[in-house]
Amino acid sequence: MSEPVKEVQQNLEQLCHEADYWHVNTGGESIHAKRMPGFYRSIKWLSMTVWLAFFIGPYFRWEGRQAILLDIPGRQFHFYDITILPQDVWMLALVLLFFALLLAAVTSIAGRVFCGYFCFQTVWTDIFTWIEEKLEGQPSKRMKLENAPWTFAKVRIKFLKHTVWLLIGAMTGISFTAWFTDAYQLWYDYLTLQAPMFAWLTVGVFTFFTYLFAGHMREQVCFWLCPYARIQGVMYDRETILPTYDFARGEPRGKLKKIENTVNVDKPRQNDVLSGDCIDCKQCVAVCPTGIDIRHGQQEGCITCALCIDACDIVMDKIKRPRGLIRYASLDEIEGKPVIKLSRRPRVMLYMLIMVLAAAGIIYGLNTLGSLELKVLHERQPLYVLRSDGFVQNKYVLKILNKTKNDTRVTVNAVGHEAIHLVGADKPLLLQAGRVTAYTLFIRIPGDVVLTESMPIVYRVVDTINPSSYAEYESMFFGPAP
Amino acid sequence: MKNKNDSTAVPDTGHVWDDNLRELTNQPPRWWMVTLYLSGLFILGYFILYPAIPLATGYTKGVLDWTQMKRFNESVKQIEAVRAPFENKLKGMSALAILDDQELSTYTVRSVKVLFGDRCAPCHGVGGAGNPGYPILADDDWLYGGSIDAIQDSITDGREGMMPAFGPILSEQELNDLTQHVIALSQGTEHAVGKTLFEDQGCSGCHGEDGKGEQMVGGANLTDGIWRFSPGTEDSIKYTIVHGVNEPDAAESRQAIMPGFEKQLSEAEIKKLAVYVHKLGGGQ
Repeated sequence: MSEPVKEVQQNLEQLCHEADYWHVNTGGESIHAKRMPGFYRSIKWLSMTVWLAFFIGPYFRWEGRQAILLDIPGRQFHFYDITILPQDVWMLALVLLFFALLLAAVTSIAGRVFCGYFCFQTVWTDIFTWIEEKLEGQPSKRMKLENAPWTFAKVRIKFLKHTVWLLIGAMTGISFTAWFTDAYQLWYDYLTLQAPMFAWLTVGVFTFFTYLFAGHMREQVCFWLCPYARIQGVMYDRETILPTYDFARGEPRGKLKKIENTVNVDKPRQNDVLSGDCIDCKQCVAVCPTGIDIRHGQQEGCITCALCIDACDIVMDKIKRPRGLIRYASLDEIEGKPVIKLSRRPRVMLYMLIMVLAAAGIIYGLNTLGSLELKVLHERQPLYVLRSDGFVQNKYVLKILNKTKNDTRVTVNAVGHEAIHLVGADKPLLLQAGRVTAYTLFIRIPGDVVLTESMPIVYRVVDTINPSSYAEYESMFFGPAP
Repeated sequence: MKNKNDSTAVPDTGHVWDDNLRELTNQPPRWWMVTLYLSGLFILGYFILYPAIPLATGYTKGVLDWTQMKRFNESVKQIEAVRAPFENKLKGMSALAILDDQELSTYTVRSVKVLFGDRCAPCHGVGGAGNPGYPILADDDWLYGGSIDAIQDSITDGREGMMPAFGPILSEQELNDLTQHVIALSQGTEHAVGKTLFEDQGCSGCHGEDGKGEQMVGGANLTDGIWRFSPGTEDSIKYTIVHGVNEPDAAESRQAIMPGFEKQLSEAEIKKLAVYVHKLGGGQ
């Protein structure tokens, strides 16, 4: 036998020997997925680093405070130079809309990219199983250990593994809490056991659920708990590219019988019934973190992590066949139908349009974050008062929000009628920094010139220090029927 | 795929329907049973700690001795602790001084609003909007003066208006003339015959020679178009002249009594209420 033929034969024997060992996940036992290097494996490592931001984000400082801080008691959100108060929270709605549509758009283009590459459940699970592999070894070893009697060595390994898992869980919880209060002070409080009860509780809950979900439940979370898994599944269409088994090329699959075909690498493939490229080595099942068989077609368990593509490519290399038996492809492509361009898919375009609108709204909002905000409440009991000097008087409560970090003073004026007498704002009004200050003002208009039961009045407050900063609010002036 | 829940081996009750529907005697899942027992333990703990079982007289108190009333009182203490620094400052201050202090007057308005709602609003309306027969507090027309001290006096001692009934004294024509004069006053003019009556009958004693009222005795200002007894129609004005105000012998007389709150409220509360009323819109 020639060298390449020998090599392929050896490879095949090894693969087929292993094949009996891998089977599809039925939920009865934990999945021990095999790790194989490859392009998508590298992509996954890369995309997982996004989550480093979660761990290091709270430690950045900006102008003497935490750069990114969700200050819930203070009802403020700091992001570097930007401070967002509850009054600006409509932007949050747009942010949520943007990401919801991003999820929809990405899913309709390339499947569950979020699940496969970015979701905390799959990312944490991947890290947890990576640790498991480092400590307990290859999947076969792990399963053996599972069934082995409780020796001291086993206890030591298991104890170490669970400790590391719990530590990661605790770090997850601590990092989460650090976003909501000064991170350095919080660490000090944790280390000196002075942290508030609520912080401990949060860390405890996070530790427990990280350990439970990423350590024990793993793909079961994707199968049974996660709503996004189900929602995204219905966003696919025939044009969505997904890790797909090219059944036209792979079937009929077969094991050792294939050798005769395969070994003749230089000859064209024979056109007999056993000519499919799939050798049923089950490596795609072996590497699948959710334990499914991609050759059954796209299914709910597939998180489109593409690790089966890596595995299959390696196998194809070994048996000297072209790569891509499993590849990112749309259903149309696999079935040989013409592929529609992205720009011709109205659904995707619509998603993107909404995303652009949402992003435009956020940019608009951030650019027009005024430093003042005004709300005017008109007194309703009584709507108006007749004065002995013949004036009609209305009472207003002005609630003025000063979003800046310094106290300031504002002048107030009101327009809407030529004979307005504004009472209570002769001097500029003091506004406390970062707070709403309320002032009661009166507007008086001579009774003989009040010609309608109600008329609009526009209040305008102008910052005395920085006159370009102002806020307006339209209210009403009420009087007796003429 | 293998059936994971093979039921052939599970014992049944012997009840079989439709040949193969068997009633199994499976135990409930363990997690379910554990939850059940834990719930039981929770209830047991709850019964020990908290008031739980009604008895013939009273109920089991629980070892924590918890009651709603205690919890309420704790909450009251909490709010009082927040208010204490302000209240301590207010103690030594006059109502006028409170009025001049931006922070304290804001505190006063907010903290005494409930008391105003309880004690004042039933007659004077929410926001001092007034009611038929009860003066508006939000305007600047004051019977007894709109200074903060006068308001405080009115709340402390109460007020009782007095106007004699002219029905038994004057003729119908004279009553009509007087009524016309009062209407004329409110429009900035006068009624010649009525004006003479106004002076002769002593009206000006309380309402002033110019009809602008006398706050010392609570005589209403008749010139500003704001009526003590609304509406300011001819009939209503004449009614007041005929029957008077608070005439002891006349059942039809107008009623105008405001109780004094000296005994019901503390001095501090009255002080705060005075500030509140003053700031409703017409304080002077």
